[in-house]
Amino acid sequence: MTSISSEDIKKIEGKAKDIRISIIKSLSEAGSGHTAGPLDMSDVFATFYHSILRHNPKNPSWEKRDRVILSNGHICPVLYATMAHFGYFKVEELKTLRKFGSRLQGHPHREFLPMLETSSGPLGSGLSQALGMAIAERINNKNSDKFFYCFMGDGELDCGQCWEALMHAGKENLPNIIAIIDRNHIQIDGKTDEVMPLEPLVEKFLSFNWNVLEMDGHSVSDIYEKINLAKSFKKQTVIIANTIPSKGVPEFEGDYRWHGAPPGKGPSDVVPKDKQLEVALKALGDNS
Amino acid sequence: MLERSLNKKIFSDDVEQQPIRKGYGQGLLEAGERNKNVVALCADLTESTHTHLFRNRFPERFVQVGVGEQSMASVASGMASMGKIPFFSSYAMFSPGRNWEQIRTTICYNDTNAKIAGSHAGISVGPDGGTHQALEDIAITRVIPNMTVIVPCDMEEARKATIEAAEFVGPVYIRLARENTPVITTKDTQFKIGDAEVFFKSSNPRITIFACGSVMHSAMVAANTLSEENIGSIVVNVSTIKPLDKRIVEYSKETNLVLTVESHQRIGGMGSAISELLSEVSPMRVVRIGVDDKFGQSGSPAELLEHYGLGTQSIVKKVKDLVKQ
Repeated sequence: MTSISSEDIKKIEGKAKDIRISIIKSLSEAGSGHTAGPLDMSDVFATFYHSILRHNPKNPSWEKRDRVILSNGHICPVLYATMAHFGYFKVEELKTLRKFGSRLQGHPHREFLPMLETSSGPLGSGLSQALGMAIAERINNKNSDKFFYCFMGDGELDCGQCWEALMHAGKENLPNIIAIIDRNHIQIDGKTDEVMPLEPLVEKFLSFNWNVLEMDGHSVSDIYEKINLAKSFKKQTVIIANTIPSKGVPEFEGDYRWHGAPPGKGPSDVVPKDKQLEVALKALGDNS
Repeated sequence: MLERSLNKKIFSDDVEQQPIRKGYGQGLLEAGERNKNVVALCADLTESTHTHLFRNRFPERFVQVGVGEQSMASVASGMASMGKIPFFSSYAMFSPGRNWEQIRTTICYNDTNAKIAGSHAGISVGPDGGTHQALEDIAITRVIPNMTVIVPCDMEEARKATIEAAEFVGPVYIRLARENTPVITTKDTQFKIGDAEVFFKSSNPRITIFACGSVMHSAMVAANTLSEENIGSIVVNVSTIKPLDKRIVEYSKETNLVLTVESHQRIGGMGSAISELLSEVSPMRVVRIGVDDKFGQSGSPAELLEHYGLGTQSIVKKVKDLVKQ
């Protein structure tokens, strides 16, 4: 099993911290948007962009690049912040999130930010798109070593289209599709177990002819090892990333009401609205 | 007077009859032979949509998605992102019907080079009945930004339209019909996306008739019948609904009385599109023949056309009523 050096772990943890701080600041500035998902996927994105993804921030349309498809487009604050901190564009641009004329639209829009692979937001379409890309690549080159990564939400699995794509991928048997599910157990109206229970989830994926792994979504070494293990299977694999919604800000963690609110507009019974930004930045160790 | 390149046997009883959807199948195959980036997808309806021709010739470039129209649209989007030119087909009620949002978000919003072929559109799908007769598909596709909407009038035009769609860069919807209809155009008839051509013109036209798709022939037969009773008309083939050919305004101004005919709801289709244009640029009376806010039902194509007022007799009667007023 491939393992990651402790030096790299430290670098990645540093990046994840920067990403989280940027997420909080950009959402607060925007006055709307989603907090829980972006925070809980920061470790996965930091590890991924640092040590796994084949990409070139200075040449976003590099033909040999792996493809990143963000199906649960509402967590784009973490994608944008990660791209900024890995050199795709200036960190200052994150201030423009959701503003009129910004390249950083509220839900990712490829026409405004061409370095994105897809536009998304309505949920359910990303895996189909990833599948289409992988099938096209196979037509071009059966021995391609590109990977197609699709990030999805757990609530998103309520969408029928996800299962159309899962079933179809189970038929195509492509060696280079990996789906990563943000298993934070929340969605807009409450816990996933109450709104639309997903368990037994592992068995569902297995029955659709996918390999399944689980990873600790907050352990850089586990993220690194599991994604590399998935790549070695050369068969469609889904990785369930077990995460804590709003990870990094203990005062927000675990509360589904932070799914769709920015700091300053979140539930006020734990932290008053006007203190939410300050509390979050303090928890994340922002000294600016 | 018939446009000179058209089939000279249009008004004969033994005019050649072919299904419009077959033209898509032939055009797709030809497009695939010309350009190796053309790929095809289908939702369990390959023979019905004539996609089997492409599938048999280029199996490695064909994707079968089963009855998963929503995913099909987005799989096509993904393939287009990698430089392919995907054509995906099903019945119009399911695609763009069921997968309208996926088409909007992953194709039009993304300005993706994917082509949608919706077969079995219109009332004369026949015995399958109302659930399978798409009467709203022109309305729901023309309203999406970046979408081009084509409604071929016969098999030959559908073939040309498909080939041209492959060369056109951007989302395209091609509306196809199930039943056999007369072949109106010939290999020599020009087809260009965005052009509406005059197919029939009398020397003293009293009315301009715009028609599209499978009812085009009925409109032409009606015009011919009317001309024999000294009621002249201009008949225009509106094969592209979006973008609308601006010459439609000129054709309309020749008579200042417009009738539109389509196998589609009166609300929102080709007639509505022309009404929108004329009311803004050159207001005049526009009367729309179409399905009058009802669903379809089982029956033979002829019975259904008669029942819903889309047949030749209904068109003749309507024109006579209008020119009297």
